[in-house]
Amino acid sequence: MAAAPRPAERPLPPVSQLCVSALACAVVGTILVAARMPRDVSLLPSVLLLALGAVLLLASIVLLTRISPFAWDVFARVAGWSLAGYIVIAGMIEFAFIYDSTPGRVLAVLSGTLALFAIDVPLLLGFSVARYQVPGESPAPDPRRD
Amino acid sequence: MTEFAELAPAPPAIPRGAAARPSFSIVPVQAIPIVAVVLGGLVVSIAGNWLWALDFYHVVGGGLWTGVDLFVGFVVGPIIGRMSIPARVEFSTRFMPKMLLLMPTLVTMTLASGWQLARHLGNLQAGYPHHPWLVASYIVVGVMALVAIAVLEPANLAVLFELKKPQPNGELIARLMRRFIYTAGITGVAQIATLVIMTRVAVA
Repeated sequence: MAAAPRPAERPLPPVSQLCVSALACAVVGTILVAARMPRDVSLLPSVLLLALGAVLLLASIVLLTRISPFAWDVFARVAGWSLAGYIVIAGMIEFAFIYDSTPGRVLAVLSGTLALFAIDVPLLLGFSVARYQVPGESPAPDPRRD
Repeated sequence: MTEFAELAPAPPAIPRGAAARPSFSIVPVQAIPIVAVVLGGLVVSIAGNWLWALDFYHVVGGGLWTGVDLFVGFVVGPIIGRMSIPARVEFSTRFMPKMLLLMPTLVTMTLASGWQLARHLGNLQAGYPHHPWLVASYIVVGVMALVAIAVLEPANLAVLFELKKPQPNGELIARLMRRFIYTAGITGVAQIATLVIMTRVAVA
């Protein structure tokens, strides 16, 4: 009987790659907007990149939910705490956009990009840690405590 | 559906007791109040458009970010690579949790204050004579952000969780730590590019 794969070696769907690609879309889209401010230019490239990023993120979520078995407890802990942190970061950046009176259309695109960023990174972090854990064997410790 | 009938636990590459692993916290909770004070000061500086404070945050944050990145990538990294596995593990348990808080704080300080500073001085305007240099800095920062968030931060967290296990997989830790070495070149070039761009903009 063939040996079962170790957590570090088993093949997994390309969740990380999709998350990183989505993040790259968000970064490039933001650079395109920031580089041309405050000129009134077409937001189409940034909107397309945002849409592509959202599709990639959605695909990574679908692939993630189909992995079985998976250390969901560890994933939830890491992604949950990361999400809390990244919501604070995204909230601060959003506040700066509003405080700086960013025009409505640009604000909409940047807010969408921020939302993509705030969901994508915790997902990536949670997956990156949980993929190396053996599901149900020994729960990973609370990251806040020894 | 991706199915795995059974997952065998990883054979320990670091035998129990072989490495004197100090007890550690993945997130150094005692440092969070310091981070909160630093970020609180940043928010106040931005809200008040206080030029000196914005400049202070940008110069201090940027200098430390660049310095720490280059120092870790080109001085500490190669030293760690030559250490014994137990020594590497002990160093990592003390070093990496600190980096987990330090680097995001420095990056936030630098970027937030830099953006507000540029806005305050009118450097963000497309008509600013050195605008292409600023656009170049956005691209460089974008590359560094991708490397940090997509490659280094996940590896850092995964290593810390592995080190928390009773019997960490040394092979996995070594593989994840190699990412820091592979990306040191990209980060080094990007940081030197940042130094060139920022000094150009400063004397413009």
